[in-house]
Amino acid sequence: MSIKFTKTHEWVKFTDDNTAYIGITDYAQSELGDVVYIRLPEAGETLTTGQPFTDIESVKAVSEIFSPVDGVVSESNELLDAAPELINEAPYDTWIIKAENINKTAEFLTEEEYNEIIKG
Amino acid sequence: MTTIFERDNGAENEYLGECEVSYKLDNKYCRDKKLKLPGVSEGELCRHYTQLADNTYGVNNGFYPLGSCTMKYNPKINEKVAALEGFSDIHPLQPKSTTSGAAEAINLLSKYLCEILGMDSVTLQPAAGAHGEFLGLLLMKAYHADRNDAKRNKIIVPDSAHGTNPASAVMTGFEIVNIPSAKDGMTDIDKLKEAVGEDTAGLMLTNPNTLGLFDKNILKITDIVHKAGGLTYCDGANQNAIMGVARPGDMGFDIVHVNLHKTFSTPHGGGGPGSGPVGCKSFLSKYLPEGECSIGRVKAFYGNFLVAVKALCYITSLGCDGLLSASQIAVLNANYVMSKLSGLFETVGDGYCMHEFVITLEKLKSETGINALSFAKALLDEGIHPPTMYFPLIVPEALMIEPTETESKKRLDDAIEIFKDLYNRAKAGEDMHNAPKRTYVSRVNEVAAARNPIVKA
Repeated sequence: MSIKFTKTHEWVKFTDDNTAYIGITDYAQSELGDVVYIRLPEAGETLTTGQPFTDIESVKAVSEIFSPVDGVVSESNELLDAAPELINEAPYDTWIIKAENINKTAEFLTEEEYNEIIKG
Repeated sequence: MTTIFERDNGAENEYLGECEVSYKLDNKYCRDKKLKLPGVSEGELCRHYTQLADNTYGVNNGFYPLGSCTMKYNPKINEKVAALEGFSDIHPLQPKSTTSGAAEAINLLSKYLCEILGMDSVTLQPAAGAHGEFLGLLLMKAYHADRNDAKRNKIIVPDSAHGTNPASAVMTGFEIVNIPSAKDGMTDIDKLKEAVGEDTAGLMLTNPNTLGLFDKNILKITDIVHKAGGLTYCDGANQNAIMGVARPGDMGFDIVHVNLHKTFSTPHGGGGPGSGPVGCKSFLSKYLPEGECSIGRVKAFYGNFLVAVKALCYITSLGCDGLLSASQIAVLNANYVMSKLSGLFETVGDGYCMHEFVITLEKLKSETGINALSFAKALLDEGIHPPTMYFPLIVPEALMIEPTETESKKRLDDAIEIFKDLYNRAKAGEDMHNAPKRTYVSRVNEVAAARNPIVKA
């Protein structure tokens, strides 16, 4: 399962053409600092590329997470309700939502391209 | 630290006498458990509050450069005047003929605020800045509704705004359009032009902004919004930089709030209470809580009246010249500290600021692992209240420093040395991750507190 990145610091792992797991990058979690809360979207919520689909709260601030795809939320990672710190501990193993019916995506970056961006 | 309940010696509370008023209440309104009051003697009570006062840190203890909060010294004459019986022992519903002095104080303060802000009317009802924003946005809503212009549902907020701005707009039922700042920290004019349209209800702008910069394009900005049919709201939280120099009303703003507890030296930070009067131009006056097409009350009677009395005392003590020089010295002090720190620290902007400035510790963090949070905590050990951290959001590892006009040059010099010394110690490898160590409460676990808050004993 290959991993793709966005300029807005999300990652996407497709399980098939229309279904994917979405999370935030290691760089995103380290910039946010300790995550204390994340709002888990309900299944069925619509996802629009480039639009926020949830808020994430760290000790520093509340930030938005942008959807890398057009589609629908099929599932949220319920573990994050009790343990939002999983995002800090294992950002690439901790998906936030699973999206289905994906029919459009953002312009994805490869890992190398993304690393170039965060180096600034 | 012991809570007052832990001081309870088991005795019945001896200060609450039997209720002398006979009344009849339906059982469903009566509490089924006894009211939980601590059983402590007057002496224990006194010790409790004295201990709390000993363990806290306020502007009466030392330097408190908390950016955007204007923690200036609050002159004690304000308290003396507000304690006068004619102000403190009255009720808003007693015969007006017996409270004409209080009414005169309200009128006088309103008149002065109109003059300072360049507005035509003022209400003193809002209890704080964000409350004022809420009221101001309701004025916008009433104005557009009155003109059957209901499609105007969007408020434009630059990303350098106070966090309360978008929050207040959402509370009032508007949608937010966020626009980025230009590289120089000013509002991006092109982005603003793209953002305005037939759905623009208004713009909320903090000027000077949260980077401590005065938006030089302000007349252009308010004109763009007005031409699009929107109204303009000034978050006047940073009024301390411009009193007697510039007025929001002259910048093209239709509505503004000021924080009496910041600019006009009334206590805050320990619960205040605050006060956030709102001023507006004459075409909006009728929608004020006291107006003929009122949006309704936002607070009982005249707001936090005694806070208004303290602010009036401050304004009359200083007079026109005094207010002007308060702002001038506030700006001078901030620029002095900024220029002294800029050799070591990276500052934001072109080298000049208004009443506050922002430094970024991004480099220090990448070199030593000491971030803005640890640096701020280490300042506590040195007897300085930390600056505002991680704000504005557009600056990484930000510390926002506002010295205010009530600090002497000596105090500023001492603080500058402490900032430099800490910086050098961090560079030399001192571990500040567990700072502060010498304060009454040492490093608190903010993460645990946020993840598992205990909100009820």
